[in-house]
Amino acid sequence: MELIIGKYNYWIYISLMMIGFYAMIAKKNLVKKLIGMNIFQTSIILFFISTGSKIGGTIPIVEQGAQVIEAGQYINPLPHVLMLTAIVVMVSTFGVALALLWMIYRKYHTLEEDEILRLRR
Amino acid sequence: MITHFYDVIIQTVCRLLIPFIQVYGLYVIAHGHSSPGGGFQGGVILGASFILLCLSHDLQEMRKRLTRRTILIFCSLGVTIYAGIGFVCLLLGGNYLDYGRLHRILPVDSVAARSLGIFGIEVGVGITVMAVMVSIFLDLASEEKVREG
Amino acid sequence: MKWIALIAVCLTGGLLIYGTVDMPNWGDPTSPASLHVSPRYIEKTVEETGVPNMVTSVLADYRGYDTLGETTVIFTAGMACLLLLRRFGK
Repeated sequence: MELIIGKYNYWIYISLMMIGFYAMIAKKNLVKKLIGMNIFQTSIILFFISTGSKIGGTIPIVEQGAQVIEAGQYINPLPHVLMLTAIVVMVSTFGVALALLWMIYRKYHTLEEDEILRLRR
Repeated sequence: MITHFYDVIIQTVCRLLIPFIQVYGLYVIAHGHSSPGGGFQGGVILGASFILLCLSHDLQEMRKRLTRRTILIFCSLGVTIYAGIGFVCLLLGGNYLDYGRLHRILPVDSVAARSLGIFGIEVGVGITVMAVMVSIFLDLASEEKVREG
Repeated sequence: MKWIALIAVCLTGGLLIYGTVDMPNWGDPTSPASLHVSPRYIEKTVEETGVPNMVTSVLADYRGYDTLGETTVIFTAGMACLLLLRRFGK
């Protein structure tokens, strides 16, 4: 029982990750695969940020007029920093992937994976 | 594919809102020190204000304000500011990106020099993120029919 | 094809859930992520950098080199889109 209470956040993020994973491998339309990749990356970001939380901790900004700064009062700022980088990488890959999809559409006039593979033969 | 239709309400409201969105974006960049925010977040807000101008009005309205050449210059200007501040710290005798050395050319002490160095690079990051957001949107939306601006 | 994908997804999900048994609880202050270098960042950020926002000081000062690489990544993505989608000349 305390297994569920202590770890249910990881299970939620894993289920979100598996939804994105299923969309990436089972859908035929290329745009739907891209959306699946986006869901996958978002779940990874949420998962990392959840590893840095502390019970009773507040946001990682030092309060005004605080004299003593204790490490137990503030949540861990490191996952937030690393996930800023991850968000930027997410947006960059999404932009370049959309540009590649545009080039594919211009050449084959379709965005379905099996039709593209059939037209290439 | 942006269909251009003339709608009075959308154009008037967006024309009123866009300056406030830009001021808010600059506020988020500048207050990265003491409230949540910083370079990336403010840069995305600034880029979104230009994309709103593009969506509510014609694409040519946006071209009159920000040509392609200006966007390209802003893309590389931000990275140059960032690497340039690091290089200045190297020239003053410290390590690369060691902002504590900036107190030799700025009239502040070492701790405040680190704070100013952080502000400088956040400005650089904000400029680059804004320019790249607008550039990717224009590349995807203009369908390659528009020539070099 | 969809059945194979569904089986693969369920298998991967099951393995991942089995792997979370060893992970620290949600909100544990003694988890290994919060113990080694991050207390130093939390305690020393105001006296060393003068910036009360810990996330900005870690991003721009203690890990400033990574942020330089990341700005280069976003610049490269903009250039890649430009090279793919613009036709010069003609």
